[in-house]
Amino acid sequence: MALDLTKEKGVALDAQEDFTWRDMVREPISKLNDDAFTRLRIILMNGIEMEAIRFQHAFARMNDPVRADLAKVRRIEAHQQVLVNWLLPADQSPLETTIAYEQVAIEVTASLALLEPDPYIAQVLRFGLLEDFDHLYRYSALMDRLEGKDANAILQSYTDVMPGRPTVVEHRHPLDDLREHYDRNTADPLTKLVSLTIMSGEQQTQNYYQNIGPLFSDPAARLLYAEIGHIEEQHVTQYEAIIDPNETWMEKWLIHECTEVWNYLACMEQESNSRIKAIWERMVAYELGHLHHVMDLFRRVENRDPFEIIPTSLPERIKYMSHRDYVRQVLKNEVHLRTVGTRFVPVDQVPPDSPSIAYNRQINADGSPSQTVAAGYVYTPGGELVKKAA
Amino acid sequence: MKEPTDMGMNRTGIGTSPFDSKELIDGAASSVPSSEGDASGIASLRISYTTESGNVGTMPPPSSVKGAVKSVLEGITARNPAVFLDKLAERLQFERTGTRMYESVLAKFDALGSFDGGPSRDTLLEFHGEELKHFHVLRSALESMGADPTALTPSADIAAVEASGLLQVLNDPRTTLPQALHAILVAELADSEGWDMLIELATNLGHEAMADDFRDAMRAEEKHLAHVRQWVANHAIQDAEGKLEQAA
Repeated sequence: MALDLTKEKGVALDAQEDFTWRDMVREPISKLNDDAFTRLRIILMNGIEMEAIRFQHAFARMNDPVRADLAKVRRIEAHQQVLVNWLLPADQSPLETTIAYEQVAIEVTASLALLEPDPYIAQVLRFGLLEDFDHLYRYSALMDRLEGKDANAILQSYTDVMPGRPTVVEHRHPLDDLREHYDRNTADPLTKLVSLTIMSGEQQTQNYYQNIGPLFSDPAARLLYAEIGHIEEQHVTQYEAIIDPNETWMEKWLIHECTEVWNYLACMEQESNSRIKAIWERMVAYELGHLHHVMDLFRRVENRDPFEIIPTSLPERIKYMSHRDYVRQVLKNEVHLRTVGTRFVPVDQVPPDSPSIAYNRQINADGSPSQTVAAGYVYTPGGELVKKAA
Repeated sequence: MKEPTDMGMNRTGIGTSPFDSKELIDGAASSVPSSEGDASGIASLRISYTTESGNVGTMPPPSSVKGAVKSVLEGITARNPAVFLDKLAERLQFERTGTRMYESVLAKFDALGSFDGGPSRDTLLEFHGEELKHFHVLRSALESMGADPTALTPSADIAAVEASGLLQVLNDPRTTLPQALHAILVAELADSEGWDMLIELATNLGHEAMADDFRDAMRAEEKHLAHVRQWVANHAIQDAEGKLEQAA
């Protein structure tokens, strides 16, 4: 569906103050019956809203003239985040939600990498993809061995459970997590949407792991969350680095609102649960309202046409589908890649004095939780106990 | 090692700070609630959400032709085979988690040792093996009925949520072996009830061979329950009588 941003105005900002607590806190989806991609959409959109709120807070702290506009829009974003994120059910444990987060990281990143027109940025995405792919394997082993649960009840056979680039080698010096950024003046608008989407997704994942780690009593679980939370911090660093830091605050706000419309639209178009689809439809209308509010503001503040920054018609959307073959191909071709500064190189070309080698040695000096939890682990339907004789 | 029942610096009681607690109590007593009513408002909300909500989920469709045929045959006799499958899957989930639970207790045992009248490592290992065996018995039962033993059914899901607190106790490095055994006691009590009901259900539905297998499992579970109950009691009695030092 083509959506013309010059014509579609959505719901005006003032008309969006119609939330009540009851409206926000609705019946959640079914962990058992809903499609895994419904869960994935909820998780990604929580990340998009969380980033919108965090960005707007930072903006408000440093830009006095737009504080009032930011406060009004941000309040609606906060309500949207509750409405969306609270759709996750309480019988989905923190570890099961973690499995779902990693499925988002795999299937959404794969889709974004396939959409991305800039080959360097696509490479950045594929690099991150293989690391998250490994996280899914580690967490699945943990869940099987800690709780006796099969990760596939969450994954619904859309996503493989097997090692990627081993988490133990993913720990790098901060300078090896920086990447080249796109050029704000020449980048394809799609690159801007892709970059902000992946950064938002990874940021919520890091936030989630840092916060839920202490909920676990098991030391192996706590250690694994500490270790993988660390990689998610690296991923946030990597993905925020691809976004041009020379964009003005107003440019960034425009891109944020456009990204929200683009993402909710993908959810709306592909949702299988009619009750949730209606929520996506409402969110698209609200985000269009935010976007037009910010477009007007942009015209006044920067005296420029917002369509210099964002596209008039929204480009191709994320595909909520299994990317098994693509991921396997990336795994086969690129698992050996490492980074030296902003470059990707085969592991045998990393110089011996690379700061990441010393960094990795230090952080793993007391052992590697991700190696411990998955030692000898091969995914088996129903759990690895199936292969163990009584 | 210090026992949790040793005197320490627990600060949670209101009696710990007599002066501050008096201020707290006086301050609260002089305040007026901002709205009328009592805790029944919370109940009203729960009732309202419950009446509007659906279920946590439903049963999967039969995963094989054999399963579909069986379901049809059972349907003719006005029986709902899904109920039996759901309960089988519940026990399967519980036994698989139970196997992991005994792994946690074994780690606790290896770290802290036992106490007089407590479990031996061999006994814990034996119980672990029996939980694993029961998991396999249930897998076979589900497969023989054409069902998918990897499906997470509604009762299995609920049983996993129920067990989540037990796992938190078992895997906390700060809990003692008797505290871990208390968590196991809760699990074994539920397990015993579960098997009892499953045997009755299998018998009523005419699955006699299956019911026999389940009786074997039930006997093992009754043995587990009797032992765990005794271990927990032995420890509490010795602790109360101040005999733990001697026992260690």
